[in-house]
Amino acid sequence: MYVAVKGGERAIENAHRLLANARRGDQGVAEVSLDQISEQLGLAVDRVMSEGSLYDRELAALAIKQARGDLIEAIFLVRAFRATLPRFGASEPVDTGAMRVRRRVSATFKDIPGGQILGPTFDYTHRLLDPSLAEGFVPEAPATSEASSAATPRVTDILGRDGLIETSPQAEEGASVGDLTREPLNFPADRDLRLQNLARGDEGFLLAMGYSTQRGYGRNHPFVGEIRFGDVEVEFAAEEVGFAVPLGSIELTECQMVNQFKGSATEAPCFTRGYGLAFGQSERKTMSMALVDRALRARELGEEALAPAQDEEFVLSHSDNVQATGFVEHLKLPHYVDFQSELGLLRKLRKEFAEASAEANAPDAMKEAAE
Amino acid sequence: MTTIAELPPGFVDKVLSAQSTFRSVMDAMARPGAVQRIVPMAGTAGPMMRGMAAIALTLFDHDTPLWLDPRMAESTDVLKWLKFHTGAPVIQDSSIAAFALISDGVLLPDLQRFALGTNEYPDRSTTVIVQVESLDSGPSFELRGPGIDGVATLQASVKPFDLFELLRINETLFPRGIDVVLVADDAVVAIPRTTRVTSLGV
Amino acid sequence: MAVLAHAEAGEIAARLRAISLPGHQDLREPENGLVMLRGRVGGDGAPFNLGEATVSRAAVRLASGEIGFGYTLGRDGQKARLIALCDALVQSPEFGAAVERDVIAPLREQLMIRRKQSAEETAATKVDFYTMVRGEG
Repeated sequence: MYVAVKGGERAIENAHRLLANARRGDQGVAEVSLDQISEQLGLAVDRVMSEGSLYDRELAALAIKQARGDLIEAIFLVRAFRATLPRFGASEPVDTGAMRVRRRVSATFKDIPGGQILGPTFDYTHRLLDPSLAEGFVPEAPATSEASSAATPRVTDILGRDGLIETSPQAEEGASVGDLTREPLNFPADRDLRLQNLARGDEGFLLAMGYSTQRGYGRNHPFVGEIRFGDVEVEFAAEEVGFAVPLGSIELTECQMVNQFKGSATEAPCFTRGYGLAFGQSERKTMSMALVDRALRARELGEEALAPAQDEEFVLSHSDNVQATGFVEHLKLPHYVDFQSELGLLRKLRKEFAEASAEANAPDAMKEAAE
Repeated sequence: MTTIAELPPGFVDKVLSAQSTFRSVMDAMARPGAVQRIVPMAGTAGPMMRGMAAIALTLFDHDTPLWLDPRMAESTDVLKWLKFHTGAPVIQDSSIAAFALISDGVLLPDLQRFALGTNEYPDRSTTVIVQVESLDSGPSFELRGPGIDGVATLQASVKPFDLFELLRINETLFPRGIDVVLVADDAVVAIPRTTRVTSLGV
Repeated sequence: MAVLAHAEAGEIAARLRAISLPGHQDLREPENGLVMLRGRVGGDGAPFNLGEATVSRAAVRLASGEIGFGYTLGRDGQKARLIALCDALVQSPEFGAAVERDVIAPLREQLMIRRKQSAEETAATKVDFYTMVRGEG
């Protein structure tokens, strides 16, 4: 057995060397730099930051490079890195209402204070491959126009003024904020933990779950109240300083879904909400997150919870792509001993089966022979 | 009153000192009763011994609520030192503390007042760090349990005198319970919840 | 001080060269760590944990006793130290005005120019639904 392990070590070492070469590719082609990844593949960086649950563009770019562009592998690398650093504390909750908006659209109202701002978007492109990008493309300088100093209030705040939409749940005095990186998730989970789970959840999984609600598995009639993307200031109340210090700004995308209304004998009908928030420009992610957040509120809102997207344990237990990939991919690692025991069992069962059928067929055989 | 500028320093080399101290505490936990030494030096505040200070710099952070005995709690030097160097919150409610710092065993409260963990998560208990007079002289004790090959002996001068009697609550609480770390200057001995201590007298 | 968190370490260092600095020492060597970033449910409700960010921090003490703290997103310990140094200098009667004038004010101006540019580019993508209606052809 030891011989095999030693042989394995050398094979592993050489495989990693080969990987390093495969990662580099043809050395006649210029090496990609972290700045290039961060600047030109920015949305991949955003996704790795969101699902890696660590805001650091440079590290995310490094992870993408190291993972050869495999984003789930990159997310895994970022998650592993974050475990090596001490935590200084938690930031003050960010104020997305004070975002320096670079994109902001609403599907519910045409005329919103501050306006519909398209920003850098794929929307309304024709999805035709552009050969001019193949090399040496220099874009036209961005158009400019006079910036208005008008505020851009959240659309949900506008609806809220007339009481047409439910208000956001407020924290109880002194309540602690759940953190699934510190305490394992228990069910039922509160909304803070659900949102944390969804924020780091796999975009593809959330997209499928959100889509399933639209197709009727837990339908909740969503409208995009608002999507906004831009820069938000972060402050941190450092223990030893005694007040909140500014840390700089981060890019965030926020999605407010406005959903079917509810009412009861005692409460007037009003719209309900689903919420999505993620690092960087992550529109599909935050929209899916908001749909799933709303679906997971079925129990709280007294709705029948029959669809997968409404099943908290199902959604929250399978949303994390690092956990999922770990368990799926471990199947390719040696299971020689497990498999030997399965083989042994299978052989025994087959032998028993053969013996039993031989016995059962024996009288027939004799009968045939007699005929 | 000490200003932050006059605070006793932390570790000179944070990473290596914390690693070395962690190793000493881990070895102490793995070999109950065996005396381990803490090598890295750091400044100490108020009634803190240097072993206690090194453990604080190594194990405490933002996520570990601390409960201090009254003598520690009334020392602004200790509070400022802990806040600046570890960022750990100091709390009044001992039942949710990750660590309890006892400068002098006579100030040890009823052990039932600390977090004892749950059957599902026995690790969610308070680790009690008690400063004692000596871990190489005084009455003799015999220790048995996991991590000990047969019997280990310990000579220690501890307060309260019946500390090891009090720890017998661990026998009935298991898997819940209290883990104790004894510190005398730079010497450390751990009495995890699985260790059974009997007194051999003086 | 928010201005400094938005600047690059090199920019702060270059501005600080205009000032003849007093003696100072590290009270806390620059160190990297994490801060858990929090959002609010619905943007304005109860807080929840969104994900962490890398943060660098440092503390500096001037020979005259003032203590400055530096915190910044990212892992640039040198930048955290420079912010801490500026924070300490700002509190000093001797250097406060010079730091504001030679370091913070010019960096603030740069930041405002960058933000204005970005805001103008964004504004050009604002939809004007009335243009078509108003068009007088």
